[in-house]
Amino acid sequence: MSAHPADAAIPHTVEPHPITGLPNGKFGIWLFLASEVMLFGALFSSYVLIRTQAPHWPPEGGLSSEILNVPLATVNTAVLITSSITMVLAWASCKMGRLDRFRLWMGSTIALSFVFLVIKYFEYTHKFEQGHFPSTNNFYAIYFTLTGLHGLHVIGGIVVNTFLLTVGTRLWKVDRDHFTNRVENAGLYWHFVDLVWIFLFPSLYLL
Amino acid sequence: MAETADHSSPEEFKKHLGQYYVVFVALLCLTAITVGVSYLHLNRPLAIAVALVIATVKAALVAGVFMHLISEKKVIYAVLILTAAFFLLVLLLPSLTIFESVAV
Repeated sequence: MSAHPADAAIPHTVEPHPITGLPNGKFGIWLFLASEVMLFGALFSSYVLIRTQAPHWPPEGGLSSEILNVPLATVNTAVLITSSITMVLAWASCKMGRLDRFRLWMGSTIALSFVFLVIKYFEYTHKFEQGHFPSTNNFYAIYFTLTGLHGLHVIGGIVVNTFLLTVGTRLWKVDRDHFTNRVENAGLYWHFVDLVWIFLFPSLYLL
Repeated sequence: MAETADHSSPEEFKKHLGQYYVVFVALLCLTAITVGVSYLHLNRPLAIAVALVIATVKAALVAGVFMHLISEKKVIYAVLILTAAFFLLVLLLPSLTIFESVAV
């Protein structure tokens, strides 16, 4: 084999791999999501343990829903759910050969991600102003760790989605199916981030 | 759905879009319900059960339709079953330490 650039290309970006029946990228992203389940799962398990062992939760008294801002978190839940459907529509637009629509929906997804982070920022700064930090007690330690890790995942999604919306779009002109698969993989990640929040919201804010 | 979508024309694909909107509305409704129920201040075990059931339904909708898990390849199901087993293990491991402390 010569060192021709074509030989260096990663195989099965569009054609399914004969063993898995999937393009490599999609299989890869699912394995990554499996590792993410374990990351959040371990933290969630810690939360269950700390909470079931606590004489009162939250330790300072009252209810979680009185300490945390439920209306803001409810709005944020709706924002993330909406960003999930705009992400699906971005991928569907690629499938239908509409790059202009893709730009619209992907742009909306990124904008909604920023809305989520801005709301989260207001929630955090309000807590800091009241003198509540991760070191305050187990409740805030768990709250900031889980929502903070989730927030980092939102930032990661913004980075990937912004790449796909800007320079990444060049691939569309070369290989539409390959680009569409990239959008699908980014979407799988994004829906997972939404999925994590679906569990974090009731368990941290409502219960 | 992903499979059928791969082989269908753009026109046929458009027909699949409807279900995304249905799921979207369902997710918003379930969010409203879970918040609404929390204001009823049910007793704790019931409140946890209701919240987790609603969250699981929402998660199933997102994974099943948005991540098109309904019609995915077997290898992904295998990966997810393995993940679920390890997740349960991680979730149950702490309870072993509780039993130990009770015994001592």
